[in-house]
Amino acid sequence: MDLLSAEFFQRALIGGALIAVTAPLMGLFLVLRRLAMIGDTLAHVSIAGVALGFLINVYPVAVGLLFAILASFAIEILRRTYRSYAELSIAIIMSGGVALASLLFTMGKNLNITSYLFGSIYTLDRTDLIVIAGVTVIVLTMVLLHKKELFLLTFDEDAAAVSGLPVRYFNIMLSILTALVISASIKIVGALLVSALLTIPAACSLTLSRSFKQAVVLVVIIGEVAVLAGLWVAGVANLAPGGTIVMLLIVILAVSVSVKRILRA
Amino acid sequence: MNNNEFIQQAGCHREIIRLDGVSFSFDSQVILSDVSFKIMERDFVGLIGSNGAGKTTLLRMIVGLTRPQSGSITLFGTPADQFKDWNQIGYVPQRNNFNPLFPATVREVVLSGMYGRKKMFRRLSKEDINRCEDALGAMKIADLGDKKIGALSGGQQQRVFLARALINNPKLLILDEPLSGIDIETQESFFQMIKHMHQRHNITFLMVSHDMEMVRSYLGEEPKERCGKLSFYVRHSHDLENCEGTDLLHSIRKEGQ
Repeated sequence: MDLLSAEFFQRALIGGALIAVTAPLMGLFLVLRRLAMIGDTLAHVSIAGVALGFLINVYPVAVGLLFAILASFAIEILRRTYRSYAELSIAIIMSGGVALASLLFTMGKNLNITSYLFGSIYTLDRTDLIVIAGVTVIVLTMVLLHKKELFLLTFDEDAAAVSGLPVRYFNIMLSILTALVISASIKIVGALLVSALLTIPAACSLTLSRSFKQAVVLVVIIGEVAVLAGLWVAGVANLAPGGTIVMLLIVILAVSVSVKRILRA
Repeated sequence: MNNNEFIQQAGCHREIIRLDGVSFSFDSQVILSDVSFKIMERDFVGLIGSNGAGKTTLLRMIVGLTRPQSGSITLFGTPADQFKDWNQIGYVPQRNNFNPLFPATVREVVLSGMYGRKKMFRRLSKEDINRCEDALGAMKIADLGDKKIGALSGGQQQRVFLARALINNPKLLILDEPLSGIDIETQESFFQMIKHMHQRHNITFLMVSHDMEMVRSYLGEEPKERCGKLSFYVRHSHDLENCEGTDLLHSIRKEGQ
């Protein structure tokens, strides 16, 4: 098993295992709040930040994170302006992000665009791992600390407001946590595939769980299985890791849906 | 507005909600114009109006989800924007804006009624869990606790939301179209249950409905006040019997046995 003893592969496994907790978890909240597409949008804007980071020689993931946070606020503002067309704001910001990224990419030289579009989990360095670990700790702390409130907010935002919960504070918190997770996952699965890691585990979990508790546990288990197995298969068969993980997620989804059908019949 | 004509002979009863010249318009379309009304403790107020009359907007303003553009709202004697005791208000929102595929059990939904500002950073206690079981029992849905909320019938879901609203033992219960989307028989038993609570417990009710018949049967033929397209039907309950000061959930349970 020389693959397992290779340092780059160990780093990939650690980074992947950490992201497989946080991305599906945040994704569950997003999907339940009908914001599934927001992950994709933030990832695309984040890419523009990464490009800028390279241009001005600042740690790209950090600039990407900043862009993602700004984008999530912009979405919230547009969402309020076009109340009944919430998805419009997502489309606008997404194309804006891609446009900006393409401009910035053509300005810089020797930029490895594909590694950010499709991920480059084997090039994770120590700093990346520390960032990912930090993000994981922050996300888990906030979610565990506020699990009751986040449930109510997700289930019924109006009821949360009537109970006196600071709904705006929680919405901002969720936006920032999502931005954190997305910018940390870009290097792992790539901007084009981040959304899969956010939404597909949630989609599987929703078909199988009866309670919210179950949904939370299941979403993380599915994420872990897909990421770890995906990395392993990709390593052995020499495939693209991001793509393998996502294809595996789709297989799990197909199995979950079939199991549900069979159980119901 | 001739709201001074009906100042209530309320005796010892205090004011629960007071609306003073509340107005609201949306995109230059006037939805509510100069609405003034008072709801006293132990009133059962039926707010009736056709679609677009501003019923839901008014409710949303009372529970603080929307701000009036002019006029003022007072809750339990405190201006609504300074009001803090939200656990005194039970709110049953319209059932049609919830996602039936949401993964949540009946018990999880009912417990969430307690997740206010006061419970932040605190774990649920044994007592909280017991209250939840009592609320389920009081609404006669104790056997559905582990069921997924989306798998229940409309009438059962309505009982779940009522249980969630009652879990804090509220003084004011606000119901937005609780009878819509459920069959006539279920509507009747649900309304029966609400009437029973009004007669036996120290709860003030504000119920929005467009179903005239059922409301009139309890609140009388004539509204106490009309305001634009809105009509306020009111019935006051004096016969507190022996329930004052007792916990709603426990007392309902005893009566049921």
